[in-house]
Amino acid sequence: MSVALVVGAVLAVACVLLVALPFLREPRTRDDRLGRPDELEQRRLALAEERDRALAALKELEFDHRTGKVSDEDYRELVGPLRHRAAEALRALDLRAAAQPAAEPAADEVHG
Amino acid sequence: MPDLGRAALVTSFLLLVYALVAGSYAAWKGRRRLAESAQNALIASFGATAVAAAVLLGALARHDFSFQYVADHTSRELPLGYTLTAFWGGQEGSLLLWLLVLCGYSVAAVLTARRAGRDILAWVVPTLGLVGTFFAVLLVFVASPFATQAATADGAGLNPSLQNPYMAVHPPMLYLGYVGLTIPFAFAMGALLARRTDERWIVATRRWTLAAWAFLGFGQLLGAHWAYVEIGWGGYYAWDPVENAALMPWLAATAFLHSVMIQEKRGMLKVWNVLLVVLAFCLSLFGTFLTRSGIIQSIHSFTQSSIGPWFLGFICVITAGSLALVFARLPLLRAKTRLESLVSREATFLYNNLLLVALSLTILWGVVYPILSEAVTGEAASVSKPYYNFFLHSFGLPLLLLMGIGPLVAWRRASLRALGRTFLWPLTAAIAAGVALLAAGAGSSRVGVIAYTFSVFVLASIVLEFARGTSARKALGGVGWAGAFSSLIARNRRRYGGYVVHAAIVLLAIGVAGSSAYETVREARLQKGESMSVAGDRLVFRGYETALESNHRAIRALVDVYRGGEYLGRYKPGKNQYFAEDQVSNEVSIRHDWLTGGDLFLIADQVNSDGSIDLKALQKPLVNLIWLAGFVFLGGSLIALWPDAREERRLAERYAGATVRI
Repeated sequence: MSVALVVGAVLAVACVLLVALPFLREPRTRDDRLGRPDELEQRRLALAEERDRALAALKELEFDHRTGKVSDEDYRELVGPLRHRAAEALRALDLRAAAQPAAEPAADEVHG
Repeated sequence: MPDLGRAALVTSFLLLVYALVAGSYAAWKGRRRLAESAQNALIASFGATAVAAAVLLGALARHDFSFQYVADHTSRELPLGYTLTAFWGGQEGSLLLWLLVLCGYSVAAVLTARRAGRDILAWVVPTLGLVGTFFAVLLVFVASPFATQAATADGAGLNPSLQNPYMAVHPPMLYLGYVGLTIPFAFAMGALLARRTDERWIVATRRWTLAAWAFLGFGQLLGAHWAYVEIGWGGYYAWDPVENAALMPWLAATAFLHSVMIQEKRGMLKVWNVLLVVLAFCLSLFGTFLTRSGIIQSIHSFTQSSIGPWFLGFICVITAGSLALVFARLPLLRAKTRLESLVSREATFLYNNLLLVALSLTILWGVVYPILSEAVTGEAASVSKPYYNFFLHSFGLPLLLLMGIGPLVAWRRASLRALGRTFLWPLTAAIAAGVALLAAGAGSSRVGVIAYTFSVFVLASIVLEFARGTSARKALGGVGWAGAFSSLIARNRRRYGGYVVHAAIVLLAIGVAGSSAYETVREARLQKGESMSVAGDRLVFRGYETALESNHRAIRALVDVYRGGEYLGRYKPGKNQYFAEDQVSNEVSIRHDWLTGGDLFLIADQVNSDGSIDLKALQKPLVNLIWLAGFVFLGGSLIALWPDAREERRLAERYAGATVRI
């Protein structure tokens, strides 16, 4: 019974300490806000996803063409708009990066 | 020690409530330290639950019959392995395992969710806390594994059918699957609550979803093999509600794994994907409810079950809450792109999704209908094998065909000329196989011939996909055939791992079709020295032998098997009489033919007092392909799960805001 009591007490104390740890580590803090990406960061992320999708679609199209799943005509018809989409997303990301050269990634994006 | 177990569970309950309440407040108000504190509470709940689990395991190992659970599910003569696996042999232990696995998954998923974004994670913690709180409530207030009694001299023992090595792996594997589906659900809800509809939640949960799905799939195959070798009726799947309980969420998760690719590649089906995640999770809860509430045997046992109403209430709350949230976020979930053609890879995925969900829901109806009908009319209506088989054939065969069509069709759209080129060889192989099967006399089962023909089509398309891909990779130069092949897989593990899984499903289909559509069954009462025949094998009954084991008495019939005069060996079907449990189990004897993949399955249906035996013999062609499919399935899942360094770098660049190499 005594072993159970000791283990139970240690468990309870350890749990309380772990839960309280963020407040024990930083009893006072100037910034207790939970990092949320702002409108601009969300737009950047949407563009990055769009860019990745367009680039992946281009790769898929190339591969499907090489393996015979896409005919030459279909390839010629599809590749233009996809390249255009990828280029647009890249350009938009570059413009954004140029407009904010010193911008750091949001804290939550790095550590979250 | 029961006090320690109870205290640990109460601690876990309080921590999970804190993770739910404080986590929700922190996410709502945007408080960083409180969100971290709630996350720590979730982590601590794993420790507390692990202590409770250790207490129960210790009690089982010590045969401490002052624990009611230990007395109800074990006995002194029960071998140690089964004594420990009795942890999940009863309701309370199973619920504790659910909570333990949930807390473990939660800790691992939260700590490794670097890509999720802190705002999403802040809502994931209370969502996981909510699910954990529900199970902790059951364990603390309704069905405690730490209820005590005056210690008895011996326990009631473990159900004989649970005294099988599969007991050690099948239930934990299923639980890893069931519970694992909580993770994509929590992240999907977290993303919706945080008003984030980008792909972060999908990226963060991709591996967890795949792992849960693989566990659930492999767990079901283990269960099927367990039923095959242990239950003693000659089959492996009986459309039993408990079996269906695991199949339904697996089908929904399979649909999600396919449709999520369309969201990743085309930005479409966001609403559908969230709904599938909700469906898969609710079905996993429903599966646990079916297995644990006792509602299956009779609607009246519902009132006797202490946890049934709780489960039902929780499922209703989760379903209503999730749907309300999805509805509230509909404007954010609108897709900007549309399906370009009905003949495209994404269209085949869509058809596959509709069929998978339709199959899942028809099975659900088959499970629910008897319960509803008994509740309404007072009479139990049964939904039996023909109902399930009809829908399995109606939806399963087109699904099988789609597995072959999908890889051959290009993304976006495919022209007739390209389709003609890619379909030529698989179609030729399938037609040739169909004609050969009919010529060989397999036409006795139309479904069997269709299944085999489709299977050949799928296998041919998979082989072709690997061959064409390797050839295209090699044409880029710099590598040989082997290098091109491994590079092909390494560059797209999910796709080629998926094809291996498709090959496993084909093996499964061939095994199921062969062992059910072309099965031969014979039954006879034999006196000593008499014989019977089954599909070319002659079985001679030579008498009985008995043996006394630690917890049972075994009686075995001695059956010599001959084929065309050649002696194939002696097989010993029989029965075990368990002392503590006062139960008799069927012990089957199986002759595996590794060359043909078939089994000769022997059941001693009745051991008669006059020395005769009622022997049932089944020839099950190709049944071993089902078990082989399990290993292929596992291999394919591992390929798809294996980390891809190139993909990791790409995601790191995307979420860190750095530029990406083209």
